Amino acid sequence: MTIAAPITLASTMADRVGLLWPELLLLAAAMVVALMGLSKDRTIRGAVGPVSILAVLASGLLALFTGGADAAAAAGVPFPALAQWLKPMVALIAAGLMAVQGGFVDQALEAAIGRNAAAFNPLRAIRGEFHAFALFSIAGVMLLTTATDLIWIFLALELVSLPTYVMVAIGRGDRPGLEAAVKYFFLGAMATAIMLMGFALLYGATGSLQLDLIQNAFGAQAATGGIALLGVGGLMLASVGLFFKITAVPMHFYAPDVYEGAPLPVTAFLSFIPKVAGFVGLILVLGTAGLTAGELPRPIIALLWMAAILTMSLGNMGALLQRSMKRTMAYSSIAHSGYMLVALAAGTTDALDALLFYLFAYGVTTVATFGGLAVIQRAGGDADRFEDLAGLRRTHPWATAMIVLGALSFTGIPPLLGFFGKFWILTSAFEAGQIALCVFLVVNSLVSARYYLRFMATPVVAEPDSNATPTERNPSLAPVLASVAFGLALLVLPCFTGSIFGWVQRATDPAMGAAASAPAAAQSADSR
Amino acid sequence: MSAAWTTILLPLLAAAVIAFSPSKMAKWIALAATGVVLAATLRLVVGFHDWGNGDFQSESEAIRFLPEFGISLSLGYDSVALVMALLNAVLMPLCVLGSFSAIKDRQREYYAWFMVLHASLMLAFASRDAITFYVGYEFTLVPMVFLIAIWGGPERRAAATKYFLFTFFGSIFLLGSLLWLGAQMRESTGAWNFDLDAMIAFAQKLPADTQWWLFLCLGLGFAVKVPIFQLHTWLPLAHDQAPTGGSVILAGTLLKLGTYGLFRIALPAAPEGAVALAPLWAILCICAVVYASLICWVQRDVKRLVAYSSIGHLALCVLGLFAFNIIGAEGSVYYMVNHGLSTGAMFLCIGMIYERYHTKDMERLGGLAKRMPVWAFFFGLFTFASLGLPGLNGFVGEFLCLMGTFVADAKSGVDNYPGVLGPNYAFIAASGLVLAAMYLLIMLGKMIWGPLREPHDDGHHEPSGLSPDLNWREIGILTPLAVLCLWLGLAPGFVLESLEPACTRMLAPFPAIVQAQHDAAATQGDAVAVADSTTAEAVR
Repeated sequence: MTIAAPITLASTMADRVGLLWPELLLLAAAMVVALMGLSKDRTIRGAVGPVSILAVLASGLLALFTGGADAAAAAGVPFPALAQWLKPMVALIAAGLMAVQGGFVDQALEAAIGRNAAAFNPLRAIRGEFHAFALFSIAGVMLLTTATDLIWIFLALELVSLPTYVMVAIGRGDRPGLEAAVKYFFLGAMATAIMLMGFALLYGATGSLQLDLIQNAFGAQAATGGIALLGVGGLMLASVGLFFKITAVPMHFYAPDVYEGAPLPVTAFLSFIPKVAGFVGLILVLGTAGLTAGELPRPIIALLWMAAILTMSLGNMGALLQRSMKRTMAYSSIAHSGYMLVALAAGTTDALDALLFYLFAYGVTTVATFGGLAVIQRAGGDADRFEDLAGLRRTHPWATAMIVLGALSFTGIPPLLGFFGKFWILTSAFEAGQIALCVFLVVNSLVSARYYLRFMATPVVAEPDSNATPTERNPSLAPVLASVAFGLALLVLPCFTGSIFGWVQRATDPAMGAAASAPAAAQSADSR
Repeated sequence: MSAAWTTILLPLLAAAVIAFSPSKMAKWIALAATGVVLAATLRLVVGFHDWGNGDFQSESEAIRFLPEFGISLSLGYDSVALVMALLNAVLMPLCVLGSFSAIKDRQREYYAWFMVLHASLMLAFASRDAITFYVGYEFTLVPMVFLIAIWGGPERRAAATKYFLFTFFGSIFLLGSLLWLGAQMRESTGAWNFDLDAMIAFAQKLPADTQWWLFLCLGLGFAVKVPIFQLHTWLPLAHDQAPTGGSVILAGTLLKLGTYGLFRIALPAAPEGAVALAPLWAILCICAVVYASLICWVQRDVKRLVAYSSIGHLALCVLGLFAFNIIGAEGSVYYMVNHGLSTGAMFLCIGMIYERYHTKDMERLGGLAKRMPVWAFFFGLFTFASLGLPGLNGFVGEFLCLMGTFVADAKSGVDNYPGVLGPNYAFIAASGLVLAAMYLLIMLGKMIWGPLREPHDDGHHEPSGLSPDLNWREIGILTPLAVLCLWLGLAPGFVLESLEPACTRMLAPFPAIVQAQHDAAATQGDAVAVADSTTAEAVR
């Protein structure tokens, strides 16, 4: 058999670039958008948002067609076909998140220009850069899904994170935003350092940075008496570093402050994009040590177990105490990471599928909820208190309906999409025998119902306080349109969960890479 | 579209239409939709295949909804499910009619939520699959929370929150145990399957201590909904604060989801656990009967009084289920229907008073027979039905539940068919009924007889725009309920006969388990007990 040679050829860097069309499209779009944002023409500046959304959607479509080739290139790593599910999924939800940002960046500036009260000054306009950074971040997640070595994972994770630091800082440019950005940046740098230390130990333990070689080395060690202590330490430090991205205990401390300091649309972005990146990183790194075979070293299982329980519980209890909606959402996002960690700790292929599906359900729900919340604002900031939602049903009936649907889906009420996410995690964890984790998940769902009920009840039931300053309407229709589209998806997609499940299952099938690489290899042999 | 699907999809369609139609049309669309659903349910009853067969009888082709997990959407009924669906279909149009004058603002939302509630209840009763049952069971929560929180009384937000959290607490345990059972089945059979019959058949083979845990969790799930004593605290508040239509459905069918769930899932799935835990449940039930009656005695608020009486009545209903004999089981199901009719009707009557006088305080109302003779007639009739006057429907169910409990022990067991309860339980529960007669008669005495007392005597009156006594619409609401109460009281034979096969099927695993428990107690137990029973034999 001489098939091995063409595969190695196909995975050289030059050929690999040819497989990254979705990412290249996003990077090109980022350049274009950054320039468009500086245009003197108001309509061109106004097109920045729509162009970014279209670019993200187009990259998702491209990913649908290039996914098989990615799997071929990644053959040998633990989950070669991961990108086939993750790239289109991330693109779809990222498009929604971009739409939620509609009408928020540069709003005051554009309004002043509209009234002829100010001239356009490219130095003060940030719309172009802001959207470009968001596109960079999305491109980072996509790159990560096809990572085959630790350096690639590191670079892709940095591409995800660095733009989000800037987005937090420039989004509104006020003091809380800057404070949040600085805090986010320094703690993020520390987490990255921990992760890199872990990667270094992994290199020391296995003599390689390539995931497939690490997997082989760990496999050999496991066959002769278990993975070496150095490797276990590496896995543990890498996981803890990645916990920062998924806001898991003990690396969750920054989340409430940063989510509150960031503008609402950026909060939505933060609660999804870095989280996907973190979980993909965990899946890839832990996959080398037998994540789905139930062969993870005991200390790593213990770490995931403790992290899952603490993350769920602290997240939900923290959320109960908040008065700010963004802080509540920050804690809620911590809690959802805990639910997903349950799937990771269960350590079966079913559980991994459940996690990948849960990310999708969580993303759709996030867009629906945040899009609904983004329809109101206050001068120079967000409408961030629960009381601001009172009476929303009169002024924004559609947004109200979507906030209710989103909160129901977050709670896990059937038959919404969020229910099926929890359903799958619970069944797979039960099947893996993790009854204690399931009990924690169930009890935590109950706790979470308390604060999601506030999101449901306040806009529908409460009447606004006549003394309070009224909120303003977001001039852009994009957030509410995104909210309605994704909110209806919460109702409609459950009818198609069967095919979505099938899609996810194909993406974690270890045989996919081999199957996809066979025709690719044959093709390259033909072309010779 | 088959009749079974009509009962579920038509209300959903109506909800969507109502949401986009003019406010004035909302109630008429809702009334028409509930009427069609009632007709469809009657069509199901007429076309029911085989009344002598206790199995689920399919009414639609299964839609393979999630084949990866063995979840399929198929509808079917046995006679118990059909009777519950019919009860719901009868109550719904009456509730809509009863809300015509009571609900004045946000009418579209009100009737739309009502239709969603209707659909999810119908789905829960028609489901043959554990997950679709859970979808219907759980989703009733959402419309009900909004019905209470938007159109309820002054404490509506607290009531809605408490209702939501309590019920969610119960249902999440239910979901957890169903999924655990599904995962166990996958492990042993290699395939996911959430078909109720298959799950029950599998669960019955589990070891006894596993069944103990399973019944504890499943039972906890349903106990909140029933509600069982100590988990009942959400109910008085929710009932009291809910608008009339909401109270009627809450008492009429939503609480029955709990008892129906026990009958349909918890008891047959974990019979060993049910037998082991039966004394605990029975003690909680008789506590509830006595406790609820004592609280009712001192209630001033007539709506709260009826709410507390519901706790006692449903406790008796659950006690009948734990007798594990055909008398108790049939009586229990029959009681579910009767309680739905008579308590629902009482809430409607109280709503009519509230619309006229804006108070539910018995100290401020009295002698209403002089002002409203027609209303007083209906209210008296339903009160007598509720306290179990022979000849009215409440009596049949109560009597059968008590008798089932009475004979459920080794000595007086019928046909060598012992239970685990016995006369002691029945006596205490019956004392609760005496108390029930007392507080209900006191209530009647205050409200109907005596000197006329109206709130505007003390200079406080808001005109309601309604006639002093009931109008034709209101008489039209109460008459069918009165006829049903009378008919089910005088001629229970037909319904009881049709319930028998389904109850027999549910009880199938119990005789062997109970017998084994008695045998074990007889052989391993202390000598005193053996000697005791032999002397008893000798005396006989």
